[in-house]
Amino acid sequence: MNPGQRDDPAPDVVPGPASRRGFLGVAAAAMGGTLLAGGVRLIEVAQAATPSPTAGANPKVRWGLLIDTEKCASGCTDCVTACNTENGLATPARPTDAQWIRKIEIKEINGQRSASLPVMCQHCADPPCVDVCPTGASFKRADGIVMVDRHTCIGCRYCVMACPYQARSFVHEPLSEQKPDVPRGKGCVESCTLCVHRIDQGQQNTACAEACTQAGHGAIVFGNLNDPDSEISRRARAAATTQLRADLRLGLGVRYQGL
Amino acid sequence: MAHPRSAFGASPSRGRRQRTGKAGSAAPAWLRARVLLDLTALVFALAACTLPALAADGRTPQPVIEAARAGTQCIADPATMRREHPAILEHQRDATVRGGIRGAKASLKACIDCHASAVSGSVAKAESNFCVSCHAYAAVQIDCFGCHASRPQVTLARQLP
Amino acid sequence: MTRATQHHRSDERRFYALLALGGLVTLAGLGAAHLMEEQGHVITGMDNHVVWGLPHVFAIFMIVAGSGVLNVASIGSVFGIDVYKRRAPLSALLSLALLAGGLMVLMLDLGRPERLIVAATHYNFKSVFAWNVFLYSGMFAIVAIYLWTMFERRFNGYTQAVGIAALVWRFALTTGTGSIFGFLVARQAYQSALLAPLFIVLSFGWGLAVFLLVQSALLAWHGRTLDAAVRQRLMRLLGVFAAAALYLVAVYHMTNLYFARQDSFEAFILLGRGGGGVFALLFWAGYVVLGSLLPLLLVFHPRGMSEHGNLAASLLVLLGAFAWLYVFIIGGQAFPLDIFPGFEVRSSFGDGAVTSYVPRWPELLLGLGGIGAAFVVTVVGVRLFEFLPHDEPAAGAGSRKP
Repeated sequence: MNPGQRDDPAPDVVPGPASRRGFLGVAAAAMGGTLLAGGVRLIEVAQAATPSPTAGANPKVRWGLLIDTEKCASGCTDCVTACNTENGLATPARPTDAQWIRKIEIKEINGQRSASLPVMCQHCADPPCVDVCPTGASFKRADGIVMVDRHTCIGCRYCVMACPYQARSFVHEPLSEQKPDVPRGKGCVESCTLCVHRIDQGQQNTACAEACTQAGHGAIVFGNLNDPDSEISRRARAAATTQLRADLRLGLGVRYQGL
Repeated sequence: MAHPRSAFGASPSRGRRQRTGKAGSAAPAWLRARVLLDLTALVFALAACTLPALAADGRTPQPVIEAARAGTQCIADPATMRREHPAILEHQRDATVRGGIRGAKASLKACIDCHASAVSGSVAKAESNFCVSCHAYAAVQIDCFGCHASRPQVTLARQLP
Repeated sequence: MTRATQHHRSDERRFYALLALGGLVTLAGLGAAHLMEEQGHVITGMDNHVVWGLPHVFAIFMIVAGSGVLNVASIGSVFGIDVYKRRAPLSALLSLALLAGGLMVLMLDLGRPERLIVAATHYNFKSVFAWNVFLYSGMFAIVAIYLWTMFERRFNGYTQAVGIAALVWRFALTTGTGSIFGFLVARQAYQSALLAPLFIVLSFGWGLAVFLLVQSALLAWHGRTLDAAVRQRLMRLLGVFAAAALYLVAVYHMTNLYFARQDSFEAFILLGRGGGGVFALLFWAGYVVLGSLLPLLLVFHPRGMSEHGNLAASLLVLLGAFAWLYVFIIGGQAFPLDIFPGFEVRSSFGDGAVTSYVPRWPELLLGLGGIGAAFVVTVVGVRLFEFLPHDEPAAGAGSRKP
């Protein structure tokens, strides 16, 4: 008994197969159009035009980051600032605030070597956080991005316990003024998404890598690890890369050089 | 050993001694009370069924729903949307989060772009704003805007590779 | 007024007083949970490093004790020993009560407790938590049926079969609880297959301690005392369980001490080095001395034991339980992850630094609220049904005529 529905002549007709088929048809046509439209500049102003859904996660792709610690300056936090701005994270961060990327300064015990490097979710091929999530909210996408589906997350924090890199954060208080591309809220767990909202919409670079490049450091490279011709693959071939906690054999998507 | 008692001394057979209706007389008190209760409930149910007819002559307050932006067309008619929007959004959210498909017909961002109030710029801020108006009227809590921004954001020009 | 009526009246007063006490504590816990849900976990002492705080200490204690308290019934039903058979109904009631309390705390501590229906409809079966949903609800069902076979005379024949099912089920359940931690490869405090059997042995001791305390209280209120032979038997069993648990904890730490990579963690927990003072104190004073050695002394001392000694031993075991769980759960999180072995580490996110965790009122009240809920269930249960164990009076035992 909804208001405004009294005059509807056929209120019991369920808009099932017909409209669903229509929806899928439009989506498929739009997908095809988008795939053929490579190189075309899309100007979207509040999406009032015909919807053109993106292609979605591509299983042939494995997104990753390459971080050259020799180019990373101690005390520089350009990547952290960029990530916080892009995703609407609070700064300065208290212990209860989420940090998706942080700069770590390391110094060898009984040695002379020290380094500075950013650490974020390592987007493992075999993520412990995905294994322990009771509802399957923590998941790995077809293109290798590990993230949290906040619709299903119940906030049990088991994944925070399981992550070897302390990459996950729990949202401890109600949030407001979230970025429309990055929904996040109280009671759910979150971590670096490799700027999945940017990648899905065609802008194939993360905020941190972009900021580092624009500032002239060039320490962070984002790209497709499965593509031998991408910049990340070329640079990974040029010098040895290591994975953090390689002994855990998690098959990380984030590689470090100069460690 | 004597008649068993629970740890607090309550006797298990308490409370079952009131079978003292006279043989062949009217139904026992509890049965009469029960029948009366049932009849009252039935009367109220029937009354409730007639309420929508009462609403027909405008005595029930209706929600004030702000119209969407001029010149835009929703993805389906209002009756369909009212009935199906939970299912539509639920399906779409999986496609977006797990599948990475953005900008589809049922994109939440697209909904907000059209339906954001001209006054508050939001779909969920004031009582007359689009989502809140019906949800407050129907007393159904919206979970979305704890996480999702309720305002649109004009997106910058983007380039495909 | 006859003496029987006076006795009845005072029983009733006591029941309502205890119900009110338990109810108030439970309400305080529910109120705290409501505040946490509304304002978020920022009002607690938890942060992004210690994500499982005091509520988890209480909850895991109750769940482990809840599965262990059924041991008393298992010994009765599975091995047919009369002394334990008579105690089986009370043990089953306590199992239900503790499980209910523990689960209440766990579910209310979730970041999104209103999403329980999501947890009940979406399963990732690689996760122990997902299995736990079935293990815990199944446990409720099995124990309820178990109680039914014990109370309903014509089903008494099925008690042994259901008892064996309950035994197997709770072994699975406690293994699952231990494996929650055992499966965490990244943390130096966990990542051990030994945790599952350790939790099982801990459950025996903690469950029996709870049982003994509740039994003593019930007997005292009925003006009865426990027969000395029965008392000694039960206390010896408690001693055996406490010793077995201490043994497994010792093995766990000794093995860790052999691994060079675990050195700093063990120094943190056992010696309090690097900011682990609280944990070392709780471990040695709370768990080892007060929670294990002193009860062992009280139980096995050749001079025999008084009833007060009984109570003290049970209480001490429970104190040791909380101390050990606090060190295990919170100490394990306070110690930083070793992401860069061989390097000193510093960051804005507390890498390389020990996290200081100070519990605040909401989480303490929530934990106590769970105990309150278990208490209420027990109080109502013993009021409604015949749970008091009746032993045949031996020569010289002091039992008042009912």
